[in-house]
Amino acid sequence: MTTSYVEAIRAALGDALRDDPRVFIYGQDIAGSFGGAFKATKGLSELHPERVINAPICEDAITGVAIGAAIDGMRPVIEFQFADFASIAFNQLVNHAATTFWRTGRPCPLVARLPMGGTKGSGPFHCQMPEAWLSHHPGLVVVAPATVADAYWMLRDAIACDDPVIFCEHKYLYNHLRETGDPRLAERLPLGAAVVRRAGSDCTLVSYSAMLHECLSAAGVLEQEHGVSVEVIDLRCVRPLDTATILESVAKTGRVVVATEAWPFGGIPAEVVAVIASEAFHLLDAPPRRVCAVDTPIPVQPDLYAAHRPHAADIVEAVLETVRF
Amino acid sequence: MTPSRSIGDAMRLLAGRAGLSRELRLAHLRWALLARIVDDRLLTLYNSAQVPGNVFTSRGQEVLAAAMGVHLRAPGPGAIGDIFAPLIRDQAARLAFGETPLDVIRTHLGKVTGPMRGRDGNAHRGELAKGMLPMISHLGAMPSAVAGVLLARRLRGALAYPDSCIGITSIGDGGTATGALHEALNVIAIEKLPFVLVVANNQVSYSTFNDRSFACRDLVDRAIGYGLRGWSCDGTDAVDSLVAVGGAIAAARRGEGPQMVVASLLRLAGHGSHDDARYMPAELKARFGDGVELAQAAALAEGLIDQAGLDALLEELRALVRAAADTARGEANPDPERDDWRVLSTPDLLAMPGPTAEANP
Repeated sequence: MTTSYVEAIRAALGDALRDDPRVFIYGQDIAGSFGGAFKATKGLSELHPERVINAPICEDAITGVAIGAAIDGMRPVIEFQFADFASIAFNQLVNHAATTFWRTGRPCPLVARLPMGGTKGSGPFHCQMPEAWLSHHPGLVVVAPATVADAYWMLRDAIACDDPVIFCEHKYLYNHLRETGDPRLAERLPLGAAVVRRAGSDCTLVSYSAMLHECLSAAGVLEQEHGVSVEVIDLRCVRPLDTATILESVAKTGRVVVATEAWPFGGIPAEVVAVIASEAFHLLDAPPRRVCAVDTPIPVQPDLYAAHRPHAADIVEAVLETVRF
Repeated sequence: MTPSRSIGDAMRLLAGRAGLSRELRLAHLRWALLARIVDDRLLTLYNSAQVPGNVFTSRGQEVLAAAMGVHLRAPGPGAIGDIFAPLIRDQAARLAFGETPLDVIRTHLGKVTGPMRGRDGNAHRGELAKGMLPMISHLGAMPSAVAGVLLARRLRGALAYPDSCIGITSIGDGGTATGALHEALNVIAIEKLPFVLVVANNQVSYSTFNDRSFACRDLVDRAIGYGLRGWSCDGTDAVDSLVAVGGAIAAARRGEGPQMVVASLLRLAGHGSHDDARYMPAELKARFGDGVELAQAAALAEGLIDQAGLDALLEELRALVRAAADTARGEANPDPERDDWRVLSTPDLLAMPGPTAEANP
């Protein structure tokens, strides 16, 4: 038996609806036989017709509704059809949800699911990575699972979390990533913890979401073809950052490359590098490097798109430059 | 000022006027007067540099706001109560709903004893346990949050028609231009929630007048477009405001779906204490009366209260506010060294999953 990333998300939503009457799902095209643009909610409204609710196209109001329901004791999960459209809800997310606990002392336990990341042919408005601009605002937890097990358990824990959680799920992984077995039986790591996915000694490679798999692929090439031992860290949660796990690895390797599918300016890698530079400068044997997308909107034409997004080969090159510094 | 009114509105007004009890009229007058006195005290504190930030008074809108407040039910033991998201000129409604002058002044002075603990100020205050959502500055953001509370209650089976709790919020003519309000009203109408929106058309959005804020004949015309029931009233007239707002709230409680009241009135001050409003034309000022003065005159003329009683009421309210100000001024400011500065409720995400507190049970 194998389970895909989107099946794990669907299982997490179904189990949460089954286990907790406070949970409801609200978003566009999620109910009925359609079951969501990516089928993450398919079949759930048949089991829970009162709690899987179709919304009109209104990301701001969807989020406002979730905020009100959360502070009144529910556990809303909202789905934006594409993460790109969360920009419509920016105000409610960063000014309302993120400030509620700090201003009032009342938790605001909502989960916003954001299908993010690039897929071929989707272009500037259906491929964006929202984690950096949402992470900038204090009061939001921002997670980006990279594995099937994490897709399941991090969503369960996001729903259980008393704070607003931005759940960034990668669209490419939905049906391309499969793991053996039932994710319910997989290891359940702490929601805020980074994890070492591959141990190594020459260079630390930090990433999250789909880019983790490019990093693991690069690490294999580096070991087999160049004799370079790379330690790969999956951040899992990008806000707050598990800095201890990052610094522990850098203390071992003295070199670090941070890879993302997102844009470079003000991104998660910039934050990771800043933490290392200020906390572990004395441990570094080479300048930290970033591998990011090209700093333009995301192109639709396949050749342009392939050149826009970092690949394992780009990561291999960056690691080699770092270890040869 | 005579607002546009249909025959149905006029008939409702006639019928409603007869149904207003003396007790309700006097309660309404009390909250309107108290709001004016609280605002005057806040301006005194502002002018003596004791308020960090600005003061946004309700001057000119007290009668309308009090009409909201006297028809609301605060939560209490065994009663979930209504949900109310006030905006900046709803002082009278806040007071009638249970906010104390002491907490109003504490918040304006940034005291740690206030409901916002110095973390937020002036009109951005509320107490969720008391059914009052604290507004954010971004206009149009609150109606969908009120809708969320009502949706939560519907899912829990807590909307008990024909005497349901309701959700209510207000907005000005300026705020009606926001996309957020459009999204929210559409959702509220689709879900047929027991919701009331009170639109205070005070003629001016900061310094921009109606002709640059909207182009429809009357804002109440928008109600039918959303699937809301529309009501119009003269927001400077106590009886008219009580009938329209009370009628809308009663209809929502009965399960007749969302309601929208559009009140015509005039902001009798600047946008905030920093604004002298010199841009307000004399012609506009001449069209509108001061609702608080009109309400006092009407109460005297109708024999609801005599001059001695009114004088005693005013003195009682002034003493109440004076005492609140004295108390608040003596209380502690937040201590940056002792504040926990926490933005997340979860103590440690590295320890999660684990035992977690039951949030918002």
